[in-house]
Amino acid sequence: MRQLTYAQALSEGLCQAMERDPAIFVTGIAVDYPSGIFGTTTQAAKRFGPDRVFDAPAMENALTGIAIGAAAMGKRPVIVHPRNDFMFLSFDNLINLAAKWRYMFMGRAGTVPIVVRAVIGKGWGQGATHSQSLQAPLAHFPGLSVVMPAFPSDAKGLTIAALKHDGPVVILEHRALYSTTGPVSETFEPTPIGRAIRAREGKDVTIVATSWMAYEALHAAEELSRHNVDAEVINLHSIRPLDEATILASVKKTGRLIVADTSWELCGVASEIAALAAEKAWGWLKAPVIRIALPNCPAPVSAKLEEAFYPKASTIARAALTLLGQDPERVGDLTREDHFKGPY
Amino acid sequence: MAVGQGEFAIDKEGYDDPFSLMTNAMLQPAEFVADREAELLVGLHHELLRVRLSEEILAERYREQEMRTPAHFGSGQEAVAVGVCRALRTDDVVFSHHRCHNHYLAKGGGIYELAAELYGRADGCSGGRGGSVHLTAHDQGMIATSAILGEMTAVAVGAALAFKMDGLNRVAVTFFGEGAMDEGAFYEALNYASIRKLPVLFACENNLYATESPLSIRQAPGTDLCDRVRAFKVDTMRIDGNDVLEVYRTTQTAVETIRRGRGPVFIECMTYRWREHVGPQFDHELGRTYRTREEVEAWMQRCPVKRSEDRLVQRGIATRAELAEWHSAAKAKVVDAVERARNAAWPAVATLFDFV
Repeated sequence: MRQLTYAQALSEGLCQAMERDPAIFVTGIAVDYPSGIFGTTTQAAKRFGPDRVFDAPAMENALTGIAIGAAAMGKRPVIVHPRNDFMFLSFDNLINLAAKWRYMFMGRAGTVPIVVRAVIGKGWGQGATHSQSLQAPLAHFPGLSVVMPAFPSDAKGLTIAALKHDGPVVILEHRALYSTTGPVSETFEPTPIGRAIRAREGKDVTIVATSWMAYEALHAAEELSRHNVDAEVINLHSIRPLDEATILASVKKTGRLIVADTSWELCGVASEIAALAAEKAWGWLKAPVIRIALPNCPAPVSAKLEEAFYPKASTIARAALTLLGQDPERVGDLTREDHFKGPY
Repeated sequence: MAVGQGEFAIDKEGYDDPFSLMTNAMLQPAEFVADREAELLVGLHHELLRVRLSEEILAERYREQEMRTPAHFGSGQEAVAVGVCRALRTDDVVFSHHRCHNHYLAKGGGIYELAAELYGRADGCSGGRGGSVHLTAHDQGMIATSAILGEMTAVAVGAALAFKMDGLNRVAVTFFGEGAMDEGAFYEALNYASIRKLPVLFACENNLYATESPLSIRQAPGTDLCDRVRAFKVDTMRIDGNDVLEVYRTTQTAVETIRRGRGPVFIECMTYRWREHVGPQFDHELGRTYRTREEVEAWMQRCPVKRSEDRLVQRGIATRAELAEWHSAAKAKVVDAVERARNAAWPAVATLFDFV
């Protein structure tokens, strides 16, 4: 199969959906700039023009309400936040209205199929308010689907699925993933929302990972195979709905669970998966669950502090060795080279 | 300027008036015009009565503690809802706020479905899911209401965006209290509507209080909301919101302007809420002091229903006896609908997870 970058795959999914559905339009800050949100909207802007891909003022709150109103009248708006931290300003409309619209009017006021794309930052000194990862607060609320594509095929398939879904969907895209490559089908095929994918089969330990951490988990699994540890990696690309069955099947098989997430652990996704295992797979667990998440401080800017802040493949691999009673120091530092050129 | 508390004269001096109140009807033979005017006034009055009696009867029965949903009654403010909605087409859409019963009824929502919603019954307009602040009568163009200030204004602007993208000449209306103009989201939405010249009517119900907070703690001295809106290059009009005919005429002109593609219009309707902010009682019953009983009673003298009655009598369109008959007939319908709603079936518990 041909290889595409994550950004190319996302762009292709968006353009294919826009060809098929004239109700789709894309708006938000910078969507029609030549840079086009890491190149993900450039093709759409070129092909569908300013009637369907257009810039907006910095108005995250009302823009979300505007998307809801347009959706209530039959449109399929895609709004884009170049940094998901700005989305806090949109939580009223997103959570109080979009997530509840269908339920609180019992379907009689229609549905509001909006798609909100938001970028998670990481590294290059983006610091405390340009690098957060909002899946936990967003996924807390019934009525809102939250997905985190990790691989190029997910980026395309989940974009298509979101644009066919009948309710609001948030797509959280990790900035570091846009330049990664992988096989992507040319067909217009949605990746089902609400299912986790086994990205690597193994028998010794289950690593459930989100977004960038799924990418790191595969790297860790390769390293672990050199130490005769066979890790299974679950790409948790749908946070709500959560695919409990796939996670539990894997945990029951391996008896060991590591959860690696791009955010903090308190009340977070890593804790949710740990709770799931404790509640429904207790009898199969051979060791305590390990959560790999951000340390309990905001993201620092200084390169030296940043290096200490972010967990990575070696963090995961060492945790796996610990679970198996092996010496974690057998794994050296595994840091991916970051090709990102600043500023943002 | 006559915006301050306790003042009733509505001063339009000094405001740009982009509208001509001349209508096509004025170019027609006098007798025909008189008939049409009479028909209009009677129609408006029946709507006012229906909305007023619905709110009053619901408020009285609310005291029985069987409608378990926080309700913000709109008695005293009916002329805004009725005047605006009468000037709209069925396919124009309305979005409203927490004090939304008036708008829901005026845009064509049923009293039975409203009462059933307040009683939490399956026959409620939102199936008993939404309660007083989440009403819909979608087929009538009453799309949705919600309680967070300023939120639905953005949604109405979004509906208008969809209409403009599709080349339709439908209009979206956002009703909101002046308290929503204390919210940032309101200005984001207003600005966007202005930039894109969207077909949206901003219908402000300035009732002088946000919950129990008067204008003086929320606005700098000398504030004029129309001035604020004109800073966004949107045409404005401040009117007597207790005169249903004035609201209707103003809306009619505004909506014509909007349909011609000339962008949004803001109307500030000066009005007054009779009952407490949320709940069925009068503030004096509860010993509240944020406004005086005299102020409330003075505004009750400017009752939109009474003014409509006086106009009908003065113009020889209806007699006092006829008005009393209309009142009794409207009341009987509401009483019956509310009682039926109270006896309607509860939603099945098995439906709890439907429509998540």
